[in-house]
Amino acid sequence: MHVFVELCYLVASILFVVGLKRLQSPATARGGNALAALAMFIAIAATLLDTQILSWTGILIGVVLGGGIGAFAARTVQMTDMPQMVGIFNGFGGGASAVVAIAEFLGTGGSAGVSTAGGTIVLGTLIGGVTFSGSFIAFGKLQGLLSGNPLTFPGQNLVNGLLFLAVLVSGVLALGVTTVDPLTAFYALIALSLVLGISVVVPIGGADMPVVVSLLNSYSGLAASAAGFVIGNMVLIISGALVGASGLILTVLMCKGMNRSLANVAFGAFGGTATTASGSIEERPVKRADAEMVAAELGYVNSVVVVPGYGLAVAQAQHELRKVGDLLEERGVDVKYGIHPVAGRMPGHMNVLLAEADVPYDRLFDLDEINDDFGNTDAVLIVGANDVVNPAAREEGSAIAGMPILDVDRARRTIVMKRSLSPGFAGIDNELFYMDKNLMFFGDAKESMAELVRELRELA
Amino acid sequence: MGDLMIGLYVFVLAALAGREVITKVPPTLHTPLMSGANAISGIAIVGAIVVAGRAEGTTQMVLGIAAIAMATINVVGGFMVTDRMLAMFKKR
Repeated sequence: MHVFVELCYLVASILFVVGLKRLQSPATARGGNALAALAMFIAIAATLLDTQILSWTGILIGVVLGGGIGAFAARTVQMTDMPQMVGIFNGFGGGASAVVAIAEFLGTGGSAGVSTAGGTIVLGTLIGGVTFSGSFIAFGKLQGLLSGNPLTFPGQNLVNGLLFLAVLVSGVLALGVTTVDPLTAFYALIALSLVLGISVVVPIGGADMPVVVSLLNSYSGLAASAAGFVIGNMVLIISGALVGASGLILTVLMCKGMNRSLANVAFGAFGGTATTASGSIEERPVKRADAEMVAAELGYVNSVVVVPGYGLAVAQAQHELRKVGDLLEERGVDVKYGIHPVAGRMPGHMNVLLAEADVPYDRLFDLDEINDDFGNTDAVLIVGANDVVNPAAREEGSAIAGMPILDVDRARRTIVMKRSLSPGFAGIDNELFYMDKNLMFFGDAKESMAELVRELRELA
Repeated sequence: MGDLMIGLYVFVLAALAGREVITKVPPTLHTPLMSGANAISGIAIVGAIVVAGRAEGTTQMVLGIAAIAMATINVVGGFMVTDRMLAMFKKR
């Protein structure tokens, strides 16, 4: 029996790795996700077989409750809200790890002692607790329930440092190394871990929350691994390690895309909700265009690259954009989409939003794939994006110097569809707007795109 | 070699395998990757089953139900939303 259960865990571990491997291509990704879900099912079934279940009541209530909530949320969430959805799911995962550790500790009657079990219980409570409360703050900021602005006060990092120290001390005391009551120390550990999760996330701006979500995702993987060490379960260790690696890789990628260090994201108190610049729009002359002109610029050329930014998704204009793409292709124009790593609110978010609007994924190109093409591109249509196409990133001393950008200014013509000339997230002016080759098409992305569809249909 | 060392070997090798597999995931699939990996971290449900299954007394029962419910939200929600996203990716 025991060998059979172990073999089930082995099969589950293999399927997790193979499932993730299938995510390497959009053609196999859906099957890969199904394999990972199958692996989870096998692991759960093996555990049910292996464990002496004294009471099915709790398990059934929990599964029905959690499954119902999870399924409802997964079916109804808007694709634009995906970062906070991942964040809150992750928070629940961290919460589950923490509660398991708490139940284990209470099960020993507060006498876990200095042992691998005791140490991992403390670690699980700490990581799980921080993940739980931190994820809820991240969710609140992304969902707009809390202000997206960084909440800062003098000496904040010192306070957080002391708080972390207090967490460690209470963790050690909970192991019963002194005369302090371990149970009291453990309750303090739970409370302090929750407070720490909140206090490390509040100083981080709403725009940086996806990085936090990704990092917390990595933590919840580590928490699962820690639990695996406690109960000597390899499938927990392996899947935890996989999640830990994935979270860390995506965190690093996001920081690179924004040209920031992880430390700067965590402690820089950067990136509140974008401020709308008021007045002073017409300081320098720009060339304006209306829908008719833009239609002519796009409809009679050979190649067009579309650069979508988050403004596109905010305006819910991706469906109209797809119509523009379809009409251009009917006219024989080669249409591609250039996606910056941080075009959406998290890596790959824009691709999901375009996929939802039925843009074929083989027309989407990432920064490295598309940048060499701009020199041979007739026209670039930039929708709701700003900093990611700002040539200032190539100049030293600029606020965004060194940030990877899409080299749209190498194309023969650029058209920027935007509400106003207001600066983007980095708060600096964009030289591209004033270039001779650039046309500004002012207006709401959705309305402008609908006008463009009408004008394209009227082209001969 | 103790269990702890074996566990450590498994952890390190799994992390390396994870790095190899995940760095090759194209940027276009990074959002489904994040939500799929997040669903996998719901493996904590295994621990939750152990806790809930042996629950005696009200406190243990409440903790068990809470752990199972939260882990199930993570697992069911995570895999379903990932599937919903991946179903939208179509080739021409």
